[in-house]
Amino acid sequence: MLDIFMEYYPLFFRGLGVTVFVTIISCSSGTVLGTFLALGKIYGNKFISAVVRTVISIIRGTPLLVQLFIIYYGLPSWGINMAPITAAIISFIINSGVYQAEYLRGSIQSISGSQLKAAQSIGMSKWQGIRHIILPQAFRRVIPSWTNEFIYMIKYSSLAYVIGAKELMTEGKLIASRNYQFFNVYLVVALIYLIVIIIFVYIFNRIEKKVTIP
Amino acid sequence: MPTKHLLKIEDLHHSFGEEEVLKGISLSLDKGETKVIVGPSGTGKSTILNNIIRLVPPKKGKIYLEDTEITTAKNINEIRQQIGFVFQDFGLFNHLTAEGNVKIGLTKVKKMNKKDAAELAMKELDRVGLKEYADSYPSQLSGGQKQRVGIARALAMQPKLILFDEPTSSLDPELTGEVLKVMRNLAEEGMTMLVVTHEMGFARSVADELIFMEAGNIVEQGDPEKMFTDPDHQRTKEFLFQLTDLYGEGEK
Repeated sequence: MLDIFMEYYPLFFRGLGVTVFVTIISCSSGTVLGTFLALGKIYGNKFISAVVRTVISIIRGTPLLVQLFIIYYGLPSWGINMAPITAAIISFIINSGVYQAEYLRGSIQSISGSQLKAAQSIGMSKWQGIRHIILPQAFRRVIPSWTNEFIYMIKYSSLAYVIGAKELMTEGKLIASRNYQFFNVYLVVALIYLIVIIIFVYIFNRIEKKVTIP
Repeated sequence: MPTKHLLKIEDLHHSFGEEEVLKGISLSLDKGETKVIVGPSGTGKSTILNNIIRLVPPKKGKIYLEDTEITTAKNINEIRQQIGFVFQDFGLFNHLTAEGNVKIGLTKVKKMNKKDAAELAMKELDRVGLKEYADSYPSQLSGGQKQRVGIARALAMQPKLILFDEPTSSLDPELTGEVLKVMRNLAEEGMTMLVVTHEMGFARSVADELIFMEAGNIVEQGDPEKMFTDPDHQRTKEFLFQLTDLYGEGEK
């Protein structure tokens, strides 16, 4: 196993680099998207709230792989072509954004409404209250769910291999089809995922402790 | 209609669904006055305060802050800066220290620079006796301390008057004293205050005028001493005696 890793480590690392890049971009952009969706659902008017609810229900109700295929194989018939990695990132952002919206919604609603009233009582607009009072607390509370989401995303990003994006899983498959040592190669791939996830969990737990409110 | 009062409420009505909770309330408050509203639960006392700063927009009636009619005014955020509000459940911002709670309105709303805001925040915390707790978070404070931070936060905005919505109702009895003491000091310093409370001792000894409300109406208002000893209405007498019995004279 170690010999396989030593022989092919530039390929493994190249794949890992893509995996981590895709995950970080998807998760962080997903947070931005998720924040807008959550705010729209909670504080938006009837129309906005209904639109957000519909989007969330469609994305959550369909498999990620199907969404990925629609974007990569389906959109070209509308004249929209993109590289595999772009298609993967777009579908991951949408998917992650929707899930994060629901985590954040729960987190926002767990913060007492009297704090927003208090913010307005000292002259803040509703938006200022949301930005300066509600969101800083909601983001802290959502970190554990966010960590979970990030772990999922590292693993789900391996789905990008089916459309040929050169992430860790794709590299593994290429190596295995070259030396036929399927068991050992995929074991190395699995171990790399495991180690990377352990490292990220450690980092996020540190961040969670650091920003926690007494 | 311009008035000489600091705050004037004319024929205020409010309803929640079918239920009319305020049936035409009129009252006024002059600069430096403290008025205390008492009455059974569910008579609309808190609704009046919420109507004033439009956390709950009133259904009918007019409210003036000095010469400005504020019930329909567009710049409600500016008006709220001039009217402090102290909540029954404190409404402290849990992610900020005591100092942060007092400061945030100064920096984010009044756009004061950080240094001046910190100075003023410390001054107001000192005024409520909490200078040493500036770095504590709400979860590290007792109920009475939390409410004093709430008062300091209102004071820091340098409002023209402060509304108190049952400020001691969610406190343990032994903690109400420290909050009432701060309020008493404010009244003596000439702060204009409109207070909804069940603290009869406070009402009797601090209020310039006592307002007794029931079922959405003002039953009687006037000099607290007279209302406690020789009220015009039998109902006032029953209520005040019953509450004084229940809560005692409070700290006098």
